[in-house]
Amino acid sequence: MVESKQQWKAWIYLAPAIALLLVFTVWPIINTVRMAFLEDYSIALASGGEASFRFGVGNFVKVAEYQDFVTCLKNTVLLCVITVPISTLLALLVAVALNNIKPLRKTLQTIFFLPYVTNSIAIGMVFAAMFNIVGSLGTRRPLIQTVGIVNNVIEFFGGSYVNWINNGSGYWANMFVLIIYIVWNALPFKILILLGGLQSVNKQYYEAAKVDSTPRWRVLWRITVPLLSPMIAYVVITGFIGGFKEYTSIVGIFGESLGPAHAPGRLNTMVGFIYDALAQHHQGRASAAALILFGIILLVTLVNLQVSKKRVHY
Amino acid sequence: MKIVLQNLTKIFPSRNKKSDEEVIAVNNFNFEIPDGKLIGLLGPSGCGKSTTLYMISGLQKPTSGKIFFGDDDVTELSTENRGIGLVFQNYALYPHMTVKQNILFPLQNLKGADKMTKEQMLERAYQAAKLVQIDQLLDRKPSELSGGQQQRVAIARALVKMPRVLLLDEPLSNLDARLRLQTREEIRRIQQETKITTVFVTHDQEEAMSISDMIVVMKTGVVQQIGKPQDVYDDPANLFVAKFLGTPPINVFEGRVQDGMLYIGEDAVLPIKGVENQPVTVGIRPEGFIVDENGSLKCKPVNVEVMGRDVSVVSTHGASLNPFVRSIVDADNRIDVGSGVVRYAIKPHKIFIFSKKTEERIYFEVK
Repeated sequence: MVESKQQWKAWIYLAPAIALLLVFTVWPIINTVRMAFLEDYSIALASGGEASFRFGVGNFVKVAEYQDFVTCLKNTVLLCVITVPISTLLALLVAVALNNIKPLRKTLQTIFFLPYVTNSIAIGMVFAAMFNIVGSLGTRRPLIQTVGIVNNVIEFFGGSYVNWINNGSGYWANMFVLIIYIVWNALPFKILILLGGLQSVNKQYYEAAKVDSTPRWRVLWRITVPLLSPMIAYVVITGFIGGFKEYTSIVGIFGESLGPAHAPGRLNTMVGFIYDALAQHHQGRASAAALILFGIILLVTLVNLQVSKKRVHY
Repeated sequence: MKIVLQNLTKIFPSRNKKSDEEVIAVNNFNFEIPDGKLIGLLGPSGCGKSTTLYMISGLQKPTSGKIFFGDDDVTELSTENRGIGLVFQNYALYPHMTVKQNILFPLQNLKGADKMTKEQMLERAYQAAKLVQIDQLLDRKPSELSGGQQQRVAIARALVKMPRVLLLDEPLSNLDARLRLQTREEIRRIQQETKITTVFVTHDQEEAMSISDMIVVMKTGVVQQIGKPQDVYDDPANLFVAKFLGTPPINVFEGRVQDGMLYIGEDAVLPIKGVENQPVTVGIRPEGFIVDENGSLKCKPVNVEVMGRDVSVVSTHGASLNPFVRSIVDADNRIDVGSGVVRYAIKPHKIFIFSKKTEERIYFEVK
């Protein structure tokens, strides 16, 4: 503990950081809660005085009643539940593989790390190009020409093209592209964490396993995974938190319409919902949605922590 | 299962590319380890003893030479297929498994004809645990055990699959002094009960001497001497071995052989024959001194340490290569430190002479 005489000094050193946190983090959080519980709150209308807003849960009711909200919630949860396990598993396998090779490790590490330092919107546009179909649907003689590399590959192997993201594409085709994008984008951070964890695992456990003639898959599941479990738990929890905030990937691939041309908004997520509400100056509704999202993330994280209590060996 | 090491050599390439200094960790090691014996590999750190052990285990590949288990050449065989048990220096117990799971682990890996049912595995694990007396601790995690208990779990894990060979890498170095004494007796007992050929590595000569059937003394990758502990102690092949074995350590003096007489400094200590005139290094075991008024070796006593039955006399001598000459004599001798001189006669079989140049032993006959 700092001696009481010295305490004012400590506070002075902390002051700049505290001031910034108060202004840009603490106050907005308080304000969000306040706005969420003021019915129909909107900054545009608030200039006349805030007394005109009644206190109540009307914003939450409205949010829940929106058809959009259900779509957004469903998309968010689906993307989370599908991508987090896949990306975690893939990251684990890649990290183990990287840890086991010597030549080219640095090069491969760099390649796997690229998505982390690349702009998400740019990646989204590249993905859109990869899964694209250029041509026209709905003229009298439909001329469809595939130029997206993914469809080119499918056709090269004798398959027929898939309408991934264009006008008339199916929901699961869209989701498929999104899932690939999100998984790929989520890999580098997870690989980095898991590789770091692997490198701090005592090599002797592996030598001991070798002496005991342990098959490889058993080494992975019975030794590597339990020893890495703190890192895996960390990666899964942060993965879910990040997953519930998914938005940029959808803008990156589908643009502002958040869906193929015939079904705009179909792939919207919770963050998108909040953003839309803000754009329409419904700050009250946006705040309520933000609090709901916060509640969901909190709940999922608590469940995660509870599960990891039994499975994680520190 | 006997183990034969044939011209075993391990060279580590230099790390620094600029210099091509290779490190010869083990140099041309030949030894046949008899079946069912306990062998101690002994030497200071960096002498190649652990490398030798790891080559027997297969975790390191020899640069040249061959290893046989019985009549099978296992040089190219990977660790998994050698059927060895290995106890690591820091035990390498899987921290996330209980003691029981740790011991069961090697059994669960068995394939084909060796595959066991759950009951058989539990039975075997229980037997192994009982052998090392940890059957009360089966549901604990390694972190909940003391060092000595962890050590026993590691041995149980190595023994449970009935290995052909048991290897122990500095098994006692992490234990406190009392536990070390206890555990080394334990290792001896377990080895004699199981009759598994066992090789263990240590830098502690006392440990190696006390429990091994045979010891191998190594220095910078070269085997110095192989033999029964007492034989190696009584008959060291060179100065290094003589200095390395024994507590308190051997007393070393500058000396010379001149006209059939061995001199330490100017003291003519022993008439000998069969050795040419030359400067030599003389080693005398602490128990080789006899306090004698007419003794030829004159030392200046500094201190007498009473140990009950014996006393340890600390003295100085001009030709001594150690700071002090330490002798262990019967407590009946009354040594007067104040008199400034103590005279010793030397037991001839406790005195060794070594070439000053090569440090090899020079054998002599007493005249």
